[in-house]
Amino acid sequence: MDEPTTAIVIFFAAIFTNNMLLASFLGMCSFVACSVLISTALGLGTAVTLVLACTTAINYGIYHLILKADAVWLATDLGFLKFIVFIAVIAAFVQFVEMFVERFSPKLYFALGIFLPLITVNCAILGASLLLVINEYNLPQSVGFGFGAGIGWTLAIVLMAGLRQKMRYSDIPEPFKGVPIALMVTGVLAMAFIGFAGMVSI
Amino acid sequence: MADEKKGCMTCGGGMCGGKGIITLKEGAWSNNPLAIQMLGICSALAVTSSLANSLVMGVALIFVCVGSNLFVSLLRAHTPPRIRMIAEVAIIATFVIIFDQILKAYFWEMSKQLGPYVALIITNCIVMGRAEAFALQNPPMLSIVDGFANGIGYAVVLAVIGIIRELFGTGSIMGLWEADWYVGNLIMVSAPGAFIVMGFVVALFNKLKGPDPEENK
Repeated sequence: MDEPTTAIVIFFAAIFTNNMLLASFLGMCSFVACSVLISTALGLGTAVTLVLACTTAINYGIYHLILKADAVWLATDLGFLKFIVFIAVIAAFVQFVEMFVERFSPKLYFALGIFLPLITVNCAILGASLLLVINEYNLPQSVGFGFGAGIGWTLAIVLMAGLRQKMRYSDIPEPFKGVPIALMVTGVLAMAFIGFAGMVSI
Repeated sequence: MADEKKGCMTCGGGMCGGKGIITLKEGAWSNNPLAIQMLGICSALAVTSSLANSLVMGVALIFVCVGSNLFVSLLRAHTPPRIRMIAEVAIIATFVIIFDQILKAYFWEMSKQLGPYVALIITNCIVMGRAEAFALQNPPMLSIVDGFANGIGYAVVLAVIGIIRELFGTGSIMGLWEADWYVGNLIMVSAPGAFIVMGFVVALFNKLKGPDPEENK
């Protein structure tokens, strides 16, 4: 990184060129399981975007205030604790979102079912927090990255759900049914996203 | 339960030995976490662009899986059901941190290449799944075997994908063998190649396994 990239550039890069799912392979588990219906995919995508945008900001704060070697509050290098702290923050936040969704949108709550708590173990969320530490983003960049990554993930899963809904009627060779064909279609989708490569880069 | 535990700790064959082998076979082959159960595919796709990375990741997963299974199993009688998830995550994270620190201390280059994916073992469904589904109900020794079996199953599939992608992507294998006439195929080492190779590997497993009446996704 020669010059600091602005938050808005990172935001678009996270959606298209560095798509969480298609370029970094994060959040594959729920991607494969939840991309059968567009409505479910959209619901999960929304939840993931919300959690991603918020947890990246929270984790950024915790990392830079407490954990980092030259942190604001503690002088001790607690960087090695970041994995466990990040996952705890994410778990707590997901719990909060779950209660929120249950209260305000019971329909979505039942549609998402088991997958809402599973956001905790969605690698995309933890991955985003770790990537912003690795890439040394500042606060606006982190939020831009988290939000963009969430939207990118949603875009990918909704596209995939649409394709899978169509695919239900196609004649697929027996061993390829289900996950294998989904993976291969994702491959083609990833190839299409490579086309964005020249647009922005981080 | 105490008797059962004792019987297994001093396992010298018999029923327990048989069970160990069945566990080993199930984890590594017939119930392979990656290719059959589709758990932990994120890392499988991300690190397999070269064989070396795949192998390190395989070792990492075996280490974490065995360690966490052992401790979850040892503590299973003392863990209240309500907080078992948090306890499991804490145990898993501890082992991941240990491995990450070792990697950083002795294999800095490799650690940089793997980036966030070592840390992401914490959210790898295989480790969590085994702790939840197996270690919580079974004695420590058997849990170690199960963790090892699943780790091996994961590592082998990872190595296979790693070999295919490195071979077709760059025409070499870990610098041991190199075809200088081969023109590198970028698509294999980048993201789309990972998805497509993984698709083929899973399809191959499906084919070898034969038709499964339960499977109709």
